[in-house]
Amino acid sequence: MSAIFKREMSAYFSSATAYVVMAVFFFFSGMFFNFYVFAQNSNSLTYVFSNMFFIIMFLIPIITMKSFAEEKKQKSDQALLTSPCLLTEIVLGKFLSAFILFTICNLIFLVYAVVISFFAQPQWSVILCTLLGTLLLGGAMIAINVFISVMTESQVVAAVLGMGAGLLISMMSYFVNAVGVEWISAVLKKISFMTYYENFTYGILSITDVVFFLSVTALFLFFTVRALEKRRWS
Amino acid sequence: MIEVKNLTKRYGDIKAIDDISFTVDTGEVLGFLGPNGAGKSTTMNIITGYISSTSGTVTIDGSEILENPRETKSKIGYLPEIPPLYPDMTVQKYLEFMFDLKKVKLPKKEHIDEVMRLVRISDIGKRLIKNLSKGYRQRVGFAQALLGNPPVLILDEPTVGLDPKQIIEIRKLIRSLGKKHTVIFSSHVLSEISATCDRIIVIADGKLVANSKTDELSLSLAETQKLSLIAEGGSSDILAEIKKIPGVKKYKKERDISEKTALYSVEYSNDTDIRRDVFSAMVRIHAPILEMKSGNESLEDMFLKLTQSAEKGGN
Repeated sequence: MSAIFKREMSAYFSSATAYVVMAVFFFFSGMFFNFYVFAQNSNSLTYVFSNMFFIIMFLIPIITMKSFAEEKKQKSDQALLTSPCLLTEIVLGKFLSAFILFTICNLIFLVYAVVISFFAQPQWSVILCTLLGTLLLGGAMIAINVFISVMTESQVVAAVLGMGAGLLISMMSYFVNAVGVEWISAVLKKISFMTYYENFTYGILSITDVVFFLSVTALFLFFTVRALEKRRWS
Repeated sequence: MIEVKNLTKRYGDIKAIDDISFTVDTGEVLGFLGPNGAGKSTTMNIITGYISSTSGTVTIDGSEILENPRETKSKIGYLPEIPPLYPDMTVQKYLEFMFDLKKVKLPKKEHIDEVMRLVRISDIGKRLIKNLSKGYRQRVGFAQALLGNPPVLILDEPTVGLDPKQIIEIRKLIRSLGKKHTVIFSSHVLSEISATCDRIIVIADGKLVANSKTDELSLSLAETQKLSLIAEGGSSDILAEIKKIPGVKKYKKERDISEKTALYSVEYSNDTDIRRDVFSAMVRIHAPILEMKSGNESLEDMFLKLTQSAEKGGN
């Protein structure tokens, strides 16, 4: 697993991927920070985080689109799948490298918190809680996108599908209000990521929310392993 | 060392390989021969565990790939048809990655250096793989397969795309590896297989059509031997003389070479050697021999025969 993790990390940082993703992330978070903290004279990062939700939905497919699609296309997956590595190790290596890159992006929020601390007392508990929520949300989205990447040979298809999925998940909270039928609306609310993510941004750390994101992550990583396994049998 | 039993792979209704069985002994170099699309790569992909078979088993050194994937896979070095390279890595970094991926327990730097020396890529360690020529890529792929000194090497068309000098080098390398490793090596070039392998397996249309020692294969299949002759003189006289020689089965004039000389081909039975008789016959009629060549039916001819008969059988 560590071999794959190391290779993926060096691939991110030896190509433009990591830098582009970080640049976009820092640009938008900086902009939102400016709008909602400086311009509003606020000490709360909550709005910065909730706006970043959409940016994250678009950035994560860029991080993960390569992971399996590219391997399949250039046939380097033959080296992975015929090596004495378990499929789980391969998938976890890919997942973790994307997750660490995402985490590095998110560390910028700590910088913002420190900036706030020069002017006012930042709400550390809310900030840390939201950061945790963002990382959990990111983990779940990365798992979903890694799964999408394993289903296709084309990076572009993987990225577009991933963004589509991200958009759908983001809009789920609108659907909840738009759908008239009560039970459908209730189900949508239960699977809407926003429902669980919002609590973190208020500084509420509840076990339900953590378990929700962790189980989505685990579920899609499991699907990815099965999809790799299935490829061998088809 | 390698035991393949009743291997079948179906894609829907199409049988990519059909009931293939063979064994390879330790230290043997086995040539895997067949036209393009015959199922060579499919078979190799199954042996290495990249894809699964529909039915049948592969046992390597007593352990089966499906039951014991980790242990079995660590015994195999595989060079697929397209070397599994990462274009954005340098050769050195790539080999270090493969070393870790294969969980090799040898001293890392020394071992990688040794393998790079063996396939002669020591001087390109710092270059990016995407900038390498096809020949170098192939050798990096080869190096990757050799990492960890696996007892079994599976090489899928390792010489495709190389220049003649590199082909000779790679063949030599395979021969020398055959002393320590068990090698299966596929190609659709016959001369290559016959020059490198102890034993040949021919597959066509997913079926195994021949399996025997390299030298036996050509003898057992060739019922007749061929002799080609360029001689000067009246062609009717020459043909008449050839006809008298015992053992001759077929003879004909192939074509005129100049006004007086022509090329003749003679087929004669396996158990005789008619070259002396031809010589004295030509002397008798004062027809100087300008060239005379005899040989077994070439592997190419045999190969065509074998694969065509498989096609007919298939229809």
